[in-house]
Amino acid sequence: MKRIRKAGKEEIQPLFRRFRIVFHFCAVLPFLIFTCSLFCAQPVLIGSKKFTESYVLGEIAKRTLNEAGIPAEHRQGMGGTIILWEALRGGQIDIYLEYTGTIAQEILKTERQLSVQEIRDALTKTGVGMTEPLGFNNTYALVMRRNEAQRLGIRTIGDLRKHPELKIGLTHEFLDRRDGWRPLRQRYSLPQLNIIGIDHALGYAALANGSIDVKDAYSTDAKIAENDLVSLVDDFDFFPKYDAVFLFRTSLRDDAIAGLHGLAGTLDEARMIRLNAEAERTKNYTTAANLYFQNAVGSTVTTGESFWQKLARWTLRHLELAGFSLLLSVMTGIPLGIVASRGGATGNMILGFAGVMQTVPSLALLALLVPLPFFGISVRTAITALFLYGLLPIVRNTASGLQDIPRSLRESAIALGLAPAARLWRIYLPMASRSILSGIKTSAVINIGTATLAALIGAGGYGEPILSGLNLNDHVTILEGAIPAALLALVVQWSFDLLDRILIPKGLRL
Amino acid sequence: MNALVQLVAVTKRYADAPALHPTNLSIERGKTTVLIGPSGCGKSTLLRIIIRLIAPDSGTIDFDGSQITAANIDILRHRIGYVIQEGGLFPHLTARANILLMARHLEKSDEEMRTRLSELCELTRFPENLLARYPLELSGGQRQRVSLMRALMLSPELLLLDEPLGALDPLVRASLQKDLKEIFARLRQTTLLVTHDLAEAAYFGDEIVLMNEGRVVQQGSIIDLRERPANPFVSEFINAQRSLAVL
Repeated sequence: MKRIRKAGKEEIQPLFRRFRIVFHFCAVLPFLIFTCSLFCAQPVLIGSKKFTESYVLGEIAKRTLNEAGIPAEHRQGMGGTIILWEALRGGQIDIYLEYTGTIAQEILKTERQLSVQEIRDALTKTGVGMTEPLGFNNTYALVMRRNEAQRLGIRTIGDLRKHPELKIGLTHEFLDRRDGWRPLRQRYSLPQLNIIGIDHALGYAALANGSIDVKDAYSTDAKIAENDLVSLVDDFDFFPKYDAVFLFRTSLRDDAIAGLHGLAGTLDEARMIRLNAEAERTKNYTTAANLYFQNAVGSTVTTGESFWQKLARWTLRHLELAGFSLLLSVMTGIPLGIVASRGGATGNMILGFAGVMQTVPSLALLALLVPLPFFGISVRTAITALFLYGLLPIVRNTASGLQDIPRSLRESAIALGLAPAARLWRIYLPMASRSILSGIKTSAVINIGTATLAALIGAGGYGEPILSGLNLNDHVTILEGAIPAALLALVVQWSFDLLDRILIPKGLRL
Repeated sequence: MNALVQLVAVTKRYADAPALHPTNLSIERGKTTVLIGPSGCGKSTLLRIIIRLIAPDSGTIDFDGSQITAANIDILRHRIGYVIQEGGLFPHLTARANILLMARHLEKSDEEMRTRLSELCELTRFPENLLARYPLELSGGQRQRVSLMRALMLSPELLLLDEPLGALDPLVRASLQKDLKEIFARLRQTTLLVTHDLAEAAYFGDEIVLMNEGRVVQQGSIIDLRERPANPFVSEFINAQRSLAVL
């Protein structure tokens, strides 16, 4: 061995070694991360749905726990009811804010109006606890522009019957809910056919500029007052009561549960509307949450993270998501590519599988993984989706890079009497290195972009400001995530160009 | 027996047609045997079967008294040198690394490798200062010299050359022909050379094997072939190439 090392002044040995170092590193890294995660204390995880009030109350819960000395993290805007409920039951989160009406309709699936105690008893059986109501009822409402409502003489939901021409824009959740659009239309015999599905915050913008005339709203939405909208009277008492409560896992530590119970009865409707308005005005949920503490206990105001702290947190998480998934793609993709380069049924199957993975829209891939047992709402799911997504460029480029090696050179390697493993390591892989690296580069850049979607399942990263910006209909917040994501993609591209110079043998760059 | 390689009843079929009918051939030690014939006559197939880039359908091939099989071929390949038309040099390795590839793999000592490399440079008239160059930085003739050095590095008992001069321009080709002949003589190298050029066959061949449509048509010296053609194809082949030379 010693002799070989000495003889290795030339490029064969260093090249071999360079590849070996990369591979050893790849092999060890997952264990390092795993070990680290074992020793780090597990914070209490709070989830929130994708709308302002849920974000603000998530922040309030987080600060309440933090002030009681309990480490807590807030996974913002993870999605709708079912995703959060499943995440809570599966243990991916410990706490989230829910409304009694939603619990009865969507979770317990009953048409009856249940009392708080009935709901609590039903939930306890599933290992989930519930606080007393926080103090406000955030029911659904249909809202219109005030001047338009006055002009048409619409005061109640029933009045909509006289105006079938009105365009209605509804959130996707409301369209599908058991206490949502379809039963509502039936109950009131509404004639409107022109219904579009639209994001909640975008819907307010659409309502303001006249693209739609009616939309669903939460009765505590700050936008109702701000945009001079009017809630239509629910004359048939169709909408159930939606008292806000915190749901938590009963296995949660006692001091945390006590902290949550302390929040019961402390927020009336007027106050909640003010907090929501504050969040939308300052574009900062932490600031809004602080307002709650200021008034209630007069404690010192924490301004929350500075922009740079947030940026650092997003960047770190984004790199973690994209980097770790890329690592998995490389470790799996290159061996698969080697097998695929040999063609045959197996090779075609591998290329076919990787190809299909990439044709599944990334959002759908995420959504499909969430209900699977091992995955759920977690960073794990995001990384797995990104990994599957990034597989194709690496597999395909490895396979085509190897297939493009001229037959005469393959035969020369065989005729020299090199063993198959040595042929692969010393001849074939270095010769295909340019193609393989360009596959990895493509995969990395795709991953950086796609990783923004991970925020949809609370995995964080640059998608977090993009989502909340979308929620607040605030371009500046969107850009806070979009610009760093684009810059990161550029930096990654440049780093790979640099890596090309190190890893692609000089003889191939002439 | 003075044959280094002995082929007995070797056949090869491709999907549609036989590439090689049952063929016997012996390659004598210390001599240069030339396989010649028109394109598609099976001469390259025969050479590639010996180094087992192609597995024969039937028949046996003995190398130095033992039969070549899939199991022992990697060891035997270390005793056989192989040079192809475009050199077959690996573009990501320098000339030196190409030449030393197998020696390093077999963990030869530095000293041994350095000595052998100087010998080979001297033998093939290759300037040592060009050893650090990559194949793409060398001329066609230089590449073939490097390829020859790589083939000779482990002092093989048998040297296989498949149209080694085919891609070179005439002047380079002539000078390399001369050098090659000298090298074979100096090393008393057992060589099997494939060419389609009769003049080249005549220049190198102690023994010429003329093939056509997957069969050996005649084997002997160039004089045998010219003066005692086994059948009309032999005279036709020889006359066609001779008339070319007259032009």
